[in-house]
Amino acid sequence: MTALALRRDDPGTVPVPGSRRRSIGLAVALGTLLLLLVLSVMVGSTAIAPSVVWDALFHPAADIDQFAIRDYRLPRTVVGLVVGVALGVAGALNQAVTRNPLADPGILGVHAGASFAVTVAVGLFGIRDIGGYLWFAFAGALIVTLMVLALGSTRQGQSPVVMVLAGVCVGAVLRGAGSALELTNPAAFDAMRSWNAGSIVGRPVDLLWPVLPFFAVALVLAVAVSGPLDAMALGDELAAAQGVRPAVTRILAIVALTLLAGGGTAIAGPIAFVGLMVPHVARWIVGPHQRWIFAYSLLLAPILLLASDILGRVVMHPSEIPVGVVTAFVGAPVLIALVRRSKASGL
Amino acid sequence: MSGARVDFGRRVLVLRRRRIAVRLDRRSAVVCALLTLAAAGTAALALTTGSYHLGTGQVLAALTGGETGLVHDIVVEWRLPRVAAALIFGAALGVSGAVFQSMLRNPLADPGIIGFSQGSYTGALLVILIIDGGYWQLVGGALAGGMATALAVYVLAYRRGVQGFRLIVVGIGVSAVLESLNVWLILQAELEQAMAAAAWGAGSLNGVAWDQVATGGACITVLLLVAGAASRPMRQLELGDDAAAAQGVPVSSTRLGLIVVGVALTATVTAASGPIAFISLLAPQIARRLARTAGITLVPAALTGALLCLVADYIAQHVAPTPLPVGVVTVILGGGYLGRLLFTEARRRL
Repeated sequence: MTALALRRDDPGTVPVPGSRRRSIGLAVALGTLLLLLVLSVMVGSTAIAPSVVWDALFHPAADIDQFAIRDYRLPRTVVGLVVGVALGVAGALNQAVTRNPLADPGILGVHAGASFAVTVAVGLFGIRDIGGYLWFAFAGALIVTLMVLALGSTRQGQSPVVMVLAGVCVGAVLRGAGSALELTNPAAFDAMRSWNAGSIVGRPVDLLWPVLPFFAVALVLAVAVSGPLDAMALGDELAAAQGVRPAVTRILAIVALTLLAGGGTAIAGPIAFVGLMVPHVARWIVGPHQRWIFAYSLLLAPILLLASDILGRVVMHPSEIPVGVVTAFVGAPVLIALVRRSKASGL
Repeated sequence: MSGARVDFGRRVLVLRRRRIAVRLDRRSAVVCALLTLAAAGTAALALTTGSYHLGTGQVLAALTGGETGLVHDIVVEWRLPRVAAALIFGAALGVSGAVFQSMLRNPLADPGIIGFSQGSYTGALLVILIIDGGYWQLVGGALAGGMATALAVYVLAYRRGVQGFRLIVVGIGVSAVLESLNVWLILQAELEQAMAAAAWGAGSLNGVAWDQVATGGACITVLLLVAGAASRPMRQLELGDDAAAAQGVPVSSTRLGLIVVGVALTATVTAASGPIAFISLLAPQIARRLARTAGITLVPAALTGALLCLVADYIAQHVAPTPLPVGVVTVILGGGYLGRLLFTEARRRL
């Protein structure tokens, strides 16, 4: 599309083709997200009418349904929204940086690092509450991602393939060490089996406050690197010729994605496929334009996460399936359908 | 070729016996001999070590029938089947990985890639947690789960033939579904049952006895012979589908056959011990580096796999502070080795 625009005499006045369609799509996505936010508060082991939801928010009273909303459904919905946004943008950044169509933040060692750190927190330090794990998980995700980054870098910069492989190696070692700890420590095993499922239940909203500043910084970084990342899609040399510094861009993008994916995982546990699938779908809708991909991922990921969460409450009513399990069940068929299309979407 | 010397580019050994002549790559032969020696040494060490320490003399006497009673039982009934299982299963995994890596032309491929390990774990979990079945039901569940998954992946990846990349991606997708299903199943179970299931899922040689070694060994022997017979079309497939077809190899059916052999080898091991990770991935790569061959070779891969599995089981039993499933050790060692490889290769490219 860039090449097309360059051939025109005055690219500035010509509207970018499809820009209107993209804006309409974005508005539809926003509407869907708002609808899901409301549904997420209404649907559950007991269905609650919209009027009660309205009252709970604006005319609080000592009513059992209102308690359910304020203490359980609302925090869960807000956590789902925030984690979804974080994972979606992290996924989009990750695919842009590694240029690997299968890149999930999980491969950079985010899940492995967070999971191992939580195992250590429970198994060796005896920490039991989710607020206590949070910092372990966040730190674990950040440290391991840095390790993967160091291991995956050569002096010329980072090669996507080497980076992915480094993630696999570090992940394997940590998984082994983690399972050695779990299999000899029933308490750690018990905590990890629920943490590893990935869930947004039982996370108080207070848990979000310390992580939000990191997310804000990361989102600003994501917007800042979106232009340079577009240039880098043509290769580092061409990007450098356009005045982009590939190494700096890549490092900033990786910092942002680590903060987002690490923070999201620290709150909810490892949630598969959101970070992988959403950017694909976004790219499918808007084409190779990073800023649009970010915008769509920002909305589509919480849509997917909240829809999966609602589905998880309905399918085995009245018991629930953790959202991480549902996203895998929803995500994998999409992945398979993508790769079965005649032209698999390469990056 | 009477009298003419062919330059193979490598030093070769030629064994001639009247009408049959065998050409062996010299470095591969030496490496294989050394691997066999190392495996024998580790086996001897494993037979003497344990909570009841035995001397080499006692072990030898027990093996040749010179000991009776406790020493005989410890060596022949307890430790020997475990050592034999480690060697046989390791070899099977090594060959299984070699077949997949050659077929997909991807050094990171193994039957786990088409979802076999996750599928067999799902099958085993269903047996353990829902029908609370015995050993043979567990074996049946694991095999059925693994095979059904492999078949599903193959069918889902089939679209006018099976292409390597598509197979890998579909495998990742299906594995992810099963993995989260497994997580959920584990979450539903009682803690004790869940831990037992997780230990099986990590891959363990605990409680392997002679009848499993015998059954597994027989299946594996047959499958190894089939793999050996398929090694020539395998080499031709490495040249690419078109080149292989031009040389008269039926590409689709050969690939399906190779998948079946590779999966069956891993299936046999999984049935007896649970999914032991990373051996099938690493053995062919380590063997290739040791023997410095251009492609994947089966015999060095088998021997490397056997040695790896035995060493890992020794570490899991005797070196770790508490006895662990062997799969935990292979994951750590495998990840570490892969990391080191990556590190040195990345540095070399500077």
